[in-house]
Amino acid sequence: MISSAFCRLLPVGLLALGSIFLLPACSDNQAETAQVLPYIGERDVRPRPDGGPADTIFASIPSFTLTNQDGQTITNQTFAGKVYVADFFFATCPSICPKMQGEMLRVYEKFKANPQVLFLSHTIDPAHDSIPVLRDYAQRLGIENASRWHFATAPHDTIFALAPRYMTAAQKDSEVPGGYAHSGAFALIDSERHIRGVYDGTEKEQIDKLIQDLPVLLREEAEKQKKAQ
Amino acid sequence: MKSPARPAQLLRLVAALALTGSIVGCFSNRQNEGARLYESHCSSCHGTQGEGLKRLIPPLAGADYLLKNRAALACLVRKGQKGQIIVNGVDYNQVMPPADSHLTDSQITNILNFVQTSWGNAGEVFTIREVSEQLRGCGGSDGR
Ligand code: HEC
Repeated sequence: MISSAFCRLLPVGLLALGSIFLLPACSDNQAETAQVLPYIGERDVRPRPDGGPADTIFASIPSFTLTNQDGQTITNQTFAGKVYVADFFFATCPSICPKMQGEMLRVYEKFKANPQVLFLSHTIDPAHDSIPVLRDYAQRLGIENASRWHFATAPHDTIFALAPRYMTAAQKDSEVPGGYAHSGAFALIDSERHIRGVYDGTEKEQIDKLIQDLPVLLREEAEKQKKAQ
Repeated sequence: MKSPARPAQLLRLVAALALTGSIVGCFSNRQNEGARLYESHCSSCHGTQGEGLKRLIPPLAGADYLLKNRAALACLVRKGQKGQIIVNGVDYNQVMPPADSHLTDSQITNILNFVQTSWGNAGEVFTIREVSEQLRGCGGSDGR
């Protein structure tokens, strides 16, 4: 019992530690406890009016409307029934973005055969990153169209309100190179808009962890679908 | 098993090791500084192996650009680079910013020499004088 609780909590600890060395300790138990990704972010416990067990409400991604590199409108509906990995970047970012987008590309390459997995990169410099700029950037990265990986823009305020909901810090800062301070976080979102993992996109080890976590989430989604049928 | 070394022997051994260590350290210092500066100033974009990133960031490993533009490399590092350039037949068109903190002429020399001699590159190395000369051409030499 203790060890199964430990195993369920371990991913959270691992995330904080950014360490993958502890993983083998958990894999022994995998046969008996199906590994489940944690829910990240604030949660709310709502007592039920009928006095039954309280409902836990997990943090979730709000409704959004964005435009992608092909000029198409995308919303939460675009990602319905899928899982996706989201990040925030800008095309002329002089610091961490090339590394981040390189790591995102690595995840994309691993899962590009699986249409259940989508990618969403938001620009935090919408004034510069017009749709043609985003399309050029995506194509230079080897992404021919937006079918799987959306490079998205929206009015400045929309983007900056969205970033913290994905656990990414982003703000204008004339002190830093490029004019924007932002963290290189990747958020893993499940089909119900919940955050199931946050990874530092500039750290190869953390992205290795994301690559391991994705199949765990996909398994959970597949089971959910089976139950719903 | 041999009998344990006597303290005096041990001491000598330790001293000898320390000495070789510091001599090796001294000789490879230049190379180390180049590698260290590359890691902190360049690798986030050009990659730890100089591989670049698709058609966004040009490679430094095996780049014909280094040969063809040898005389402009110091200023490129000092001032950055933007606009279309062709590397190994592929066109790139992004912005490389100037180094985010000041690099001395000798630091730029060490970075360039690291690039010239890493990942299979066998480019001609630079002297500090040569780099300072190039940098004077773009008003970027600090004479250090
Ligand atoms: C913010 C990302 C970034 C950083 C950091 C960066 N570069 Fe670049 N570099 C670029 C881009 C982008 C280009 C191509 C610019 C263009 O399209 O005009 C480039 C071009 C070059 C070129 C010429 C093309 C080639 O590949 O041979 C050299 C040489 C070069 N960089 C060396 C360096 C060195 C040395 C450093 C570290 C002092 C460095 N760069 C740091 C992004 C970067």
